[in-house]
Amino acid sequence: MAILSNAVEMADAGSFSVSLGDQVLIKELNTSGGAVANMTFHHGASSVVLDDTYPFYKFVFSNMHPAGNAVFWLFQANAVDASGFNETITSSTFRAVNPENSSNGQVDYIASIDQAQGTGFQNICSDGDIKTDGDSCISGELLLFDPSNTTYIKHFMARTNHMVNNSQSSDNHIAGYFNTTAALDEFQFKFNSGNIDSGTIKLYGIKGAAN
Amino acid sequence: MGLISNGTTLLDAGAIDSGIAQGPMQLITTLTASSSANLSFTSGISSTYKEYVFKYLNLHAATDEAELNVNFSIDGGSNYNVAKTSSFFRAEHTGGGTESTAFEYRTGDELSNGTGTQKILRTFSTENDHSGSGTLTLYDPSNTTFVKHFTARGNVIQHANDTASAAFVGGYANTTSAINAVQFTFSSGNIDAGIIKMYGVL
Repeated sequence: MAILSNAVEMADAGSFSVSLGDQVLIKELNTSGGAVANMTFHHGASSVVLDDTYPFYKFVFSNMHPAGNAVFWLFQANAVDASGFNETITSSTFRAVNPENSSNGQVDYIASIDQAQGTGFQNICSDGDIKTDGDSCISGELLLFDPSNTTYIKHFMARTNHMVNNSQSSDNHIAGYFNTTAALDEFQFKFNSGNIDSGTIKLYGIKGAAN
Repeated sequence: MGLISNGTTLLDAGAIDSGIAQGPMQLITTLTASSSANLSFTSGISSTYKEYVFKYLNLHAATDEAELNVNFSIDGGSNYNVAKTSSFFRAEHTGGGTESTAFEYRTGDELSNGTGTQKILRTFSTENDHSGSGTLTLYDPSNTTFVKHFTARGNVIQHANDTASAAFVGGYANTTSAINAVQFTFSSGNIDAGIIKMYGVL
């Protein structure tokens, strides 16, 4: 028998129905149904929450594997009621890279993928394209700060690691802001070319003092 | 009186029962060092979670200038020798009257398909109030199709001149076998004290 409080189911069948803890799993998108062109999280659609319910949101990507060759992992956003995934971004990007076949690593700022008031999709891997071998993929996370705020711009930080086409490990650090005071409620992830062959993205909400 | 649902105790004695998962980030194991040669997680790593987070808190070295390392196993901890390709860079600030800073890639601290340990924090001090702390994230270790990516970030007070040393490590375990054990060691001497917590993220 379920336990209800104020018409909300609190527990049933030996477990809590409501979220406990400060990090709440909101939505998982994956390729269990086959390859997809992109993965899009839109507030209000398919049980996605991306509003002022949480001050912080975290996307975690596991084993994103491209269908195409020599591609990059990207993301963008839409403001509420907007379309086109073309919000204005200013960002910085650096990465540490080291090959499998020799100790020849380095850490560098990557000017080719940062944006200065750009409206394109933001690269969140690096300038090294992702290898398409069967065991190659990219994993990591993106932290998003207060996307529903209508006073300030919206900061984000990402850290990912991937296998570069020439068999290097690339530890990627990307940070920036959406230069808009409009609330953002839709986020899309994709490769710059071809489908997402396989992979999982999980969206978490992280509670703040108001929660 | 406890609150029981379907034979499972949910609430008792004014608190949520310890067996009930509270949120997607779930504490699996806590290991506490006491002059330990290593801290090894040999159970609890499975396909239940796609992300594992290890938090090392106030690790204290028994030997001056020891460095904190990690390695992975595909045979339950019998051997820690998975090939890894990785990068390592650090930011450091030395105070105490010899003011200096450094930001550099550390060629000697990376691996290129090496099977030895991966350094995740540089030279520890043995002073009583010095320690190192940080986080290692391991993605989908049970996957048998892809390599296993990992990232680490931590900070340690180094041996020389109370230097604050932040380390950034990223890489992949270059195997399609499932990783089922993770071991932390110092490059020399024991882990004098400190704890490492392993979380699974649903």
